[in-house]
Amino acid sequence: MPQRAHALIELPVLASFIIEMTRSIKANGSNASKACDVMVVGGGNAGLCAAITARELGASVVLLEQAPKHSRGGNSRHARNLRVSHAISSDYLRGVYSAEEYWDDIARVAGENTDKDLARVMIAESVDVTTWMERRGVCFQRSRDTAARSRKTAYLLGGGKALLNAYYLTAERLGVDIRYDSEVLSLGFDDGMARDATVVTDGVPAQLRAKAVVVASGGIAANIDWLRQYWGEAANHCLIRGTAYADGHILKELLDRGAAPVGDPAQCHMVAVDARAPKFDGGIVTRLDGLPFGIVVDRNGRRFHDEGENVGRERYAIWGSLVLRCPGQIAYAIFDSKVDTLFRPSLYPPIQAPTVAELAVKLTLDSRTMAATVSRFNDAVRDASNGGKNGYGRTEGITPPKTRGALLIDTPPFGGFPVRPGITFSYFGVRVDQRARVLMANDRPSANVFAAGLSMAANILGRGYLAGMGMTIGTTFGRTAGREAAQYVLQ
Amino acid sequence: MCCSEAVDIARRAIEICNACRYCDGYCAVFQVMKLRRSFSDADVGYLANLCHSCRNCYYACQYAPPHEFAVNVPASFSRVRAETYQHYAWPRSLAFLFRRNGVFVALTVAAAIALVLISVIALQMPGRNFEPYLGSEAFYAVVPKSIMTFVAIGALGLSLIVLTVSVGRFWRDIGGRPADAEISGALWSAIGDVLTLRNLAGGGHGCNDRSESFSRARRYCHHVMFYGLLLCAAATAVAGFYDHVLHWPSPYPLSSLPVLLGAAGGSAMIFGAGGFVLIKMRGDPDPQAQGPGEPDYTILALLLMVAGSGLVLLAFRETAAMSLLLAVHLGAVLSLFAILPFSRLVHGCYRAAALLRAAMELKGRGGQ
Repeated sequence: MPQRAHALIELPVLASFIIEMTRSIKANGSNASKACDVMVVGGGNAGLCAAITARELGASVVLLEQAPKHSRGGNSRHARNLRVSHAISSDYLRGVYSAEEYWDDIARVAGENTDKDLARVMIAESVDVTTWMERRGVCFQRSRDTAARSRKTAYLLGGGKALLNAYYLTAERLGVDIRYDSEVLSLGFDDGMARDATVVTDGVPAQLRAKAVVVASGGIAANIDWLRQYWGEAANHCLIRGTAYADGHILKELLDRGAAPVGDPAQCHMVAVDARAPKFDGGIVTRLDGLPFGIVVDRNGRRFHDEGENVGRERYAIWGSLVLRCPGQIAYAIFDSKVDTLFRPSLYPPIQAPTVAELAVKLTLDSRTMAATVSRFNDAVRDASNGGKNGYGRTEGITPPKTRGALLIDTPPFGGFPVRPGITFSYFGVRVDQRARVLMANDRPSANVFAAGLSMAANILGRGYLAGMGMTIGTTFGRTAGREAAQYVLQ
Repeated sequence: MCCSEAVDIARRAIEICNACRYCDGYCAVFQVMKLRRSFSDADVGYLANLCHSCRNCYYACQYAPPHEFAVNVPASFSRVRAETYQHYAWPRSLAFLFRRNGVFVALTVAAAIALVLISVIALQMPGRNFEPYLGSEAFYAVVPKSIMTFVAIGALGLSLIVLTVSVGRFWRDIGGRPADAEISGALWSAIGDVLTLRNLAGGGHGCNDRSESFSRARRYCHHVMFYGLLLCAAATAVAGFYDHVLHWPSPYPLSSLPVLLGAAGGSAMIFGAGGFVLIKMRGDPDPQAQGPGEPDYTILALLLMVAGSGLVLLAFRETAAMSLLLAVHLGAVLSLFAILPFSRLVHGCYRAAALLRAAMELKGRGGQ
């Protein structure tokens, strides 16, 4: 088909293609600009919200994404939903979620580890955030069926990667200079102000001057060396559910320059994941949620925790840190065919065997200890006749007990999952004020350095977990950082 | 379709999707998937045929290549669809026609056109073939009406029987019964799905035709092509009615209903099929299972030939070229009828069956 025929039919497409080509030559060629108004470090949700906002206000923006294009977006790739306060129901949210209730939820999970003023700002901003997002191409999962909608979180249609695709297209359209494979090695400070950065793009280092810097480079969850300082060798055995690029070296750079830290670098949000999952980016499908249905043993074939302690919806969340404390950071969920189907479908099928002893062999456990553990457990089960998912069964006379949902493990085939701790995100970052300015050790805000997303999320959620809140922090503080950076530059 | 590699790859993708479920809002595939925990070969074939290949889920997928899970639902489903067409093909000994589809279609078209040309020459007085025929019954002076009608209806009828048996086998395998009581309740919803291509709406934002940006071009091209084909069928039906009931023989004047319907339908088919070819050629190759020369292009080329030869015939029907052009057009139409149950056009029937099944399963569950 001759090129002319294409052009006639698809002139607009061709035009945008030429613009895109020109832009990419400009970005990658020798005349890639060496200065900009706002430099955004990190191309996840928060960085994109900051870049788009700053560009819309008229600033020239360079967005530096460490990953190649196919892996862009950090942990936002794995995001699912967004927690928003709302007074009326919509196509993708039902009922009412008041600011008060939102705050109560945060206070419940984070305890003292939250800044109430920042949390209030975030909650207030969350009210109109979905409209803002939709105007920039993000799609939510709509449902005519009210019951199918969530009350507290709006689900992203297609998940976080679809959101990233939409934001990247919007940013490109607005003229944000997006540079993939671009790692910021160091930030240059002068008199407490960020002046420039050493950026390695496609392996070539260069200086990039900027009038303001937004740090949205995530947390430290993927930095095993850093975590090893606190956890020792145990850190080597954790799986990282998110991006391999969240190594926190820009956070470290800021701290070295005198930024005030927030949160605890020794703490991460962890869940139980299938030990067969990949080291990085396993995302949601590696999660094992059914541990309370059977028993959980360590590598010596012994139970170590009351499996019935938490049988609620977030039951999988407690097991990450429990398994981290197990020898070798591995544990095994053992169950029988009665509860097989109660597990949410997950990435790998359970390992199965006709007897407990054979299952133990398949799981590389000592079969005699394992058989003894199961028979001792079965002997201790009481009131299991009312059994079922959240049945009344409990144990008597064994330590630790299983206080809820104890059923006999007696119906072959028997099943098992190998379990490892999977790190979702870290509770560590830099302190910010309500304008997303990074606070220095003397509590004075930096004039031109801003932070958004997981780099500062510990200000609000220094402990615990609320579904969809990471995305809300990223979006609201991303917008704030972009707005404040642009206003500082353009004033 | 038992235990093939394509089915296993697709099943692995489905299992990952079923643990993730981020794509629930896109189409019926994910709605139906949610109702199951395990997936038989027939289930995989069912989901694959439900897939409209919009690629929304591919671009949204956190596990798409180069992730080590390498989930690529549109491409793996496309390969499974190709296998279902072979697996359910009846008579089974002819299933191989799907494997060498380009060669088969090309040979059939060549043979059909040659057959019609030879018939034209053999049935007519030598030397008369290249004179313009004017006036009523001009076409039948080239090919006698009885032969034209008999061959066309025979080929189409045989093809429809073959197709019905094949799709019937698929329907039983995915859990359908010939006279299922639930069918009537779901039928209108399924017909709506077929006629509107609701599942190409991408939750309201369109498909990913070429890249991660959304577009409705693919859906519209399909509509234009499909309804163009229906207009051509309507033109033929009206002409048949004029001829056999009203005894008003063709050719018909330019302003007559058959010519208007046929011209509009033929033009629409050319725009639709041409647009489809452009989209396929310019699209991101990663979520596609095949390159140029594969069955999709083959059938698009034949549809373009049928429509194009019809329009050229209309343009030159009063010249000496008419008899030859008529032979080519009839040959093309005849070959389309003949290859129908062994071409990519069967996708419409398999997908309609899958949509009906899905409508039955999703009924009363709040829909999509």
